[in-house]
Amino acid sequence: MNLMLFGTVTVAQYMLVGAVLFVTGVVCMATKRNALGVLMGIELVLNGANINFIAFGSKYLRPESLGLDGPLIALFVIVLAAGEAAVALAIALNFYNNHTTIDVDRADDLKG
Amino acid sequence: MLFAALDWHQLFFALFALITCVFALAVLFTSNVVRMAFYLVISLGATSGLFFLAGAEFVGAMQLMIYVGGTLVLLIFGVMLTAQSRFVSMKTSAGDWVVAAGVGGCLLALLALVAFRVPAWSEPNADVANVALAESKTSTQIGLALSGIRVDKLDQPNEVLRSGMSGYLLPFVIVSVHLLVVLIGAAYMARTKIRADRIDG
Repeated sequence: MNLMLFGTVTVAQYMLVGAVLFVTGVVCMATKRNALGVLMGIELVLNGANINFIAFGSKYLRPESLGLDGPLIALFVIVLAAGEAAVALAIALNFYNNHTTIDVDRADDLKG
Repeated sequence: MLFAALDWHQLFFALFALITCVFALAVLFTSNVVRMAFYLVISLGATSGLFFLAGAEFVGAMQLMIYVGGTLVLLIFGVMLTAQSRFVSMKTSAGDWVVAAGVGGCLLALLALVAFRVPAWSEPNADVANVALAESKTSTQIGLALSGIRVDKLDQPNEVLRSGMSGYLLPFVIVSVHLLVVLIGAAYMARTKIRADRIDG
């Protein structure tokens, strides 16, 4: 176990940062009442995943790494996150225009 | 000399990791949506610093350009378009916080435990000095991989397997079409609607 501040950087330390971002994003998605806050939680989760991809693809951190696959998948995640943000924002703005609120707890039209 | 003795890689990693985590937690704990957007910008910017430190300079630059420069500007526009005074600061109930803290704490403990339990992941790279600097420049290799040529996997001895590693051309085309569809779909959904009664009258 290498939690020391002034040891060499390891994959596990990157994964710890990624885990913090992931958990923060999940809790953000669960607790925020503003639809845009939920979106920000999604961005945090995607970034936590990206940190893991980069750490496993890095030649500096581990001799037998994923190689180029790590950065390439991270690039695809970034592009998909951009597309997801655009569509989700359009949905949120539509919801705001139709219901004059951005509170996700009020989005209960489909309750039946 | 104190400065010469410092391990700058380690120091900057600790700095960027701290900024990333602290501002991600700030996004979670503030209830003001404008401040949430600002903290998210800082958190994602520091994440790109982590990418640079791991040797993925192209992804780090793209993180700054697409994420911080594009996606978050989009989010901030969304915040500005909906920032009426009663929506800027929406409080979460205490019960929700307790449940979320319980679930999040368990998940974080599990992930951290798993990350440090695998021995291969927590032992540092012994010959980090031998990683050639020329080898670390990945932009050209990434560009070639996206156009279907994997220059980093040429040493695969099996002819059949080598032709299977024909890079990321198909995912690249799919993601391009996907972006086009997203562009049209988002513009279609966010357009100003002309009410039907106004056309009739």
